[in-house]
Amino acid sequence: MEQYEPEHLSPARLAAMRRSLTTGRGALTRRSMLRASGMGALALGGLGALSACGIPPAKREGDAAAAFDDHSAREKRLSFSNWTEYMDVSEDEKGRPTLEAFTERTGIEVRYTEDINDNVEFFGKIKPQLAAGQNTGRDLICVTDWLAARMIRLGWAQKLDPANLPHAFANLSSQFRTPDWDPGRAYSYPWTGISTVIAYNSKATGGRKVDSVTQLLDDPGLKGRVAFLSEMRDSVGMTLLDMGKTPESFGDADFDAAIGRLQKGVDKKQIRRFTGNDYTADLSKGDLAACLGWAGDIIQLQADNPDIKFAIPAAGYLTSSDNLLVPAKARHKTNAEKLIDYYYEPPVAAQLAAYINYVCPVDGVREELARIDESMADNTLILPDKEMAAKSHPFRSLSSKEETAYEEKFARLIGA
Amino acid sequence: MTLTEAPPTPAAEPAGPPVRKPSARRRLVPYWLLLPGILWLIVFFAVPLVYQASTSVQTGSLEQGFEVTWHFRTYWDALRDYYPQFVRSLLYAGSATVLCLVLGYPLAYLIAFKAGRWRNLVLVLVIAPFFTSFLIRTLAWKTILADGGAVVDLMNTLHVLDVTSWLGWTESNRVLATPMAVVCGLTYNFLPFMILPLYTSLERIDGRLHEAAGDLYATPATTFRKVTFPLSMPGVVSGTLLTFIPASGDYVNAELLGSTDTKMVGSVIQSQFLRVLDYPTAAALSFILMAIVLLTVTFYIRRSGTEDLV
Repeated sequence: MEQYEPEHLSPARLAAMRRSLTTGRGALTRRSMLRASGMGALALGGLGALSACGIPPAKREGDAAAAFDDHSAREKRLSFSNWTEYMDVSEDEKGRPTLEAFTERTGIEVRYTEDINDNVEFFGKIKPQLAAGQNTGRDLICVTDWLAARMIRLGWAQKLDPANLPHAFANLSSQFRTPDWDPGRAYSYPWTGISTVIAYNSKATGGRKVDSVTQLLDDPGLKGRVAFLSEMRDSVGMTLLDMGKTPESFGDADFDAAIGRLQKGVDKKQIRRFTGNDYTADLSKGDLAACLGWAGDIIQLQADNPDIKFAIPAAGYLTSSDNLLVPAKARHKTNAEKLIDYYYEPPVAAQLAAYINYVCPVDGVREELARIDESMADNTLILPDKEMAAKSHPFRSLSSKEETAYEEKFARLIGA
Repeated sequence: MTLTEAPPTPAAEPAGPPVRKPSARRRLVPYWLLLPGILWLIVFFAVPLVYQASTSVQTGSLEQGFEVTWHFRTYWDALRDYYPQFVRSLLYAGSATVLCLVLGYPLAYLIAFKAGRWRNLVLVLVIAPFFTSFLIRTLAWKTILADGGAVVDLMNTLHVLDVTSWLGWTESNRVLATPMAVVCGLTYNFLPFMILPLYTSLERIDGRLHEAAGDLYATPATTFRKVTFPLSMPGVVSGTLLTFIPASGDYVNAELLGSTDTKMVGSVIQSQFLRVLDYPTAAALSFILMAIVLLTVTFYIRRSGTEDLV
């Protein structure tokens, strides 16, 4: 290291200065230089970087930003992200019959990925790309109502072309046609309907029926063996119904009352946990005597454990759906639309419903389903009859502000 | 084979090693070698840390975006709203660490001094649970501790549950969804992190020290107290740190084995980030947790007076 040494100093002073720079505590060594400059840079850069950061608004400007060059004609491909166990599988568990038939008919290669386990997690996964206006690499995704509503609100979904969706347009059940977050289904089509009902293990309840949220919250015989769902809309929606309110139109006061009601259940240790999908194992073992559950799960559970029963509360039950969306900047929108339309052909829809056992949103499936399995066509959890459909209520869509406030209150309720 | 007298080595006595002035390139080698590590730390530690620090003082919403407004109140609000979860995290992580030490020390001692030819086998058994996923191992506890399961039945018969329920660790006649289940899960999941450092520092102790202690009329207990335990302190300290630090940030155990009143701060951070979408609060909570753990650990290391870990 070249050092600047003033010429007017005496040799002794120069030597002393050199010593001070090279040895001793104040030595100007490489390490101390590095340390000092590092600290300085960190301090300066830190402050600068701190204020330079910031998260830009997530909202994208309308369809102009969402739409993207459609490569469907040239690239006969499609990438489809779905939930686990949400697609029919052949008996040898190697193929997916309906998807394979689609590829055979249209020549469109489908890359099917089961990478959705949880709405909030999935949103966390795709958010960075969508917020930056980039392609997520997915052409079709399947998300629950509220997340679909949020994505449409943020301009992160592409508008679908009705010309490519003749079957879907004709066969969509009236129950699903006009959700308040996507009237007329301009952006989304339901993959399945979801009914939130009460499930109970009759062995664990001693043969008693559990058929109301009031019973879940107050029956001393169920103390500590009741679970609600960690999905805010399901737990609060069912409680609202039980209190005589309607989840499709309620206010802040109603919401707070429902939370208060659930809080009492937590405080007196009636409610054991708030669960995600894992309630199924607990219910089957009998650790949970009764809980809120999703109809499709319950049909699958019943196949293994005949003690599992379900009940539709007299006050009504909550319906929602998992919806197919084409995310912004997806490269193969037309291919995705073809796939949506394909699953709205009754024979295909029946084949899928027979396998996954969730509510089928397609009209005209009954005969097709009866051909596969007579008992399924009569199962109201798959094809709700008029009486049951009359009791179903959707949860209204929330503004971004409401969503944050409600989720915050619900998070407090469930302990986090 | 016959031993032959080795020929006397020629007195290769050079006039001292040649004094070589290290070239500039040579001197830079250590820095080049450090470069990947430093880059890694910058990209995956320093940058996210700065980003997170920035997020914690922002305000806004997902739709409007977040802007730095130096809103330090977030820290205070987060601490005020979620201090029970902080206290709980430290309490559970602390209990799990103590339990790990109590369970792990005898086992590490056994492996180091008594296992003989079984040593490697036992070590493999200690590590074996790592071959399955953390999640699966935790879920297995739900089966083991199930309400109607053998463990709970036995505890009921022996009236252990009456005692633990009286202490508030369990709930009437179940173990799942109680604080005890969470602490047990934490203890189980982090036990190997305690045993391995303990084993390495115990194994290094010279067996002759024990003989010497015996020769000086020390009872086995005194030998342990005066010789073995002090020499194993580095293992104790690093083991407790390796257990306590990850355990205090863990949320899987609280989420799966716990209930609403056993949630730890990890769950809060997760739910603020993913559910509530309140990124500033989540970032502030992370920083508070980091600060608390850092202070606790610094205090602990100072008190235990161990300079070299391991």
